[in-house]
Amino acid sequence: MWTYIARRLLMLIPVLFGMSLIVFSIIRAIPGDPARAILGEKASDEALAQLREELGLNEPWYIQYFHFLGDLMRGDLGVSIRTGAEIAEEIGPFLAATLELTFVAMLIAIFVGVNAGIIAAWKQATWFDYISMLIALIGVSMPVFWLGLMEQWVFAKELQLLPSTGRYNVREPIEVVTHFYVLDTIITGNWSGLWDVVKHLILPGIALGTIPMAIIARMTRSSMLEVMKQDYIRTARAKGLNEFWVNYKHALKNAFIPVLTVVGLQTGLLLGGAVLTETIFGWPGIGRYIYDAITYRDYPVIQSGILVVATIFVLINLIVDLLYAAVDPRINYK
Amino acid sequence: MSQVMLEETQKTAVDPSAASGPWRDAWRRLWRHKSAIAGALIILLFILLAVLAPVITSHPWDGKDLYNRLKPPSSENWLGTDGLGRDLFTRLIYGARISLFVGFFAVMGSMVVGSLMGILAGYYGRWVDMLISRIFDIMLAFPSILLAIAIVAILGPSLENAILAIAIVNIPTFGRLVRSTVLSIKEEDYIMAARAQGMKDARIIFHHILPNSTAPIIVQASLGIATAILEAAALGFLGLGAQPPQPEWGTMLAESKDYIQKAPWTVVFPGLCIMLTVLGFNLMGDGLRDALDPKMKQ
Repeated sequence: MWTYIARRLLMLIPVLFGMSLIVFSIIRAIPGDPARAILGEKASDEALAQLREELGLNEPWYIQYFHFLGDLMRGDLGVSIRTGAEIAEEIGPFLAATLELTFVAMLIAIFVGVNAGIIAAWKQATWFDYISMLIALIGVSMPVFWLGLMEQWVFAKELQLLPSTGRYNVREPIEVVTHFYVLDTIITGNWSGLWDVVKHLILPGIALGTIPMAIIARMTRSSMLEVMKQDYIRTARAKGLNEFWVNYKHALKNAFIPVLTVVGLQTGLLLGGAVLTETIFGWPGIGRYIYDAITYRDYPVIQSGILVVATIFVLINLIVDLLYAAVDPRINYK
Repeated sequence: MSQVMLEETQKTAVDPSAASGPWRDAWRRLWRHKSAIAGALIILLFILLAVLAPVITSHPWDGKDLYNRLKPPSSENWLGTDGLGRDLFTRLIYGARISLFVGFFAVMGSMVVGSLMGILAGYYGRWVDMLISRIFDIMLAFPSILLAIAIVAILGPSLENAILAIAIVNIPTFGRLVRSTVLSIKEEDYIMAARAQGMKDARIIFHHILPNSTAPIIVQASLGIATAILEAAALGFLGLGAQPPQPEWGTMLAESKDYIQKAPWTVVFPGLCIMLTVLGFNLMGDGLRDALDPKMKQ
């Protein structure tokens, strides 16, 4: 097991290097003069020269890359062209917002997806099975941004049940401690604030969680059907065990391993989906941070934002791989 | 192995008439697959709408009419009009051309490049495999839509650049798939026989390995078109893909999202078109997988 972990960690090194190289080339690969692309056609020669100096564009590319790597090692993500602030400091609250949304989306996806999958397998070839699998199929084909717009229209604008944008009601500010607002409102005992934050999380959480929900439901169903054929399930039934316990205790325990992998993979993918969801719901997360940076041609922010998301994505995949190996004793680590 | 047996083995591997048995079986399974047929019908419908667009509608796709802004569906404008008074149905069916074009060409690009890289990695192994597999790992380290956004941020927003970006981000999916198929095929007797006969690598790859890797590539292509259409719509929605006034579905959604309460049809229909087309290709892909790889179904 330890050799497996060591090898998996070693494999991470070239990936991280490659990622840094790709992200590094984002500014350098802009056709023509990157400084002019950032500042626009009307920029003065002095401003262009200054920006080239700040970004180190006058030096050969390999020197620039070494500087870039050195800065990354020190945790320096550069300076935003738009705000003039250090990106490493600025990015924290955005990252917290995205992680909070991703976590909620995943919770919704697991809760609904696993239960729908179990019941669909349990009631195989009934209307519940057909309808839930049809919904799952539609779910994977759904453009997240359109679903978000539909939710806003129905639940926020027409029915006025839930708020359509933002993380909280700006007229009732929240005392910020960790930037994870659910946690912050609990820590400060602000219960009305907690309810408000939860209400703001529901619509974007469902929009972002729909695709993983559908995939988890399909995976759970097929995994459960596979397990239900096994002898020990027949034994459990033969000894008169309640069907609910057969499904939820005996079968789910073994069916959950492939589901776990899907959950892990989807958590990483949610970070990509967050760009779209955050844009629609005005969610001040890292996806929106990158999107705004593109609009303002703030290339240092685009670079660092993408690098941070990709690093988290890689780390989540690593954790999933290790968890998978730890959970399933049948896996050969060698 | 005698010369006769060798020729026989090679014949089975490459001769389409000899291999028609499994393909005919797959075709029969596909015909019996209800959801695959449903998927194929949806795709066919959109292809017909796209091809026959000028015959079906008399409205121009960019015909602005500010007196008729945001009109609800009527006999004149079947699906209503948008914020600039353009006929929504006309724009949607012309938009089908763009989405199908994007899906097809982006997937063609990633399929050709990915398959070649996968074949090289799988066939030559060692450092070639090591290098190509690491490139795939690095590309897969980015959430695909984010990598596509990064590429478009470099090249500038346009439909062509969006197609290029989508093609690039999907290369590793095909590459890994083909690599693993090649790894399993290259140990087969008929490949060893071809090699023993002194056949050149290129000939072995293109005459023996590639034809025998087609099934998984076809399945992935169908599912890949679905993903490519979704990604193109997402880029269009973010303003990074097709640019207005092009009637691309994602771009249309971005243009209409502020009218959602006043004129919901301008948002509902483009989204439904994206969803239905993607659903069609997903259903088709699932069906193809079941038909071409019966083992997987079990």
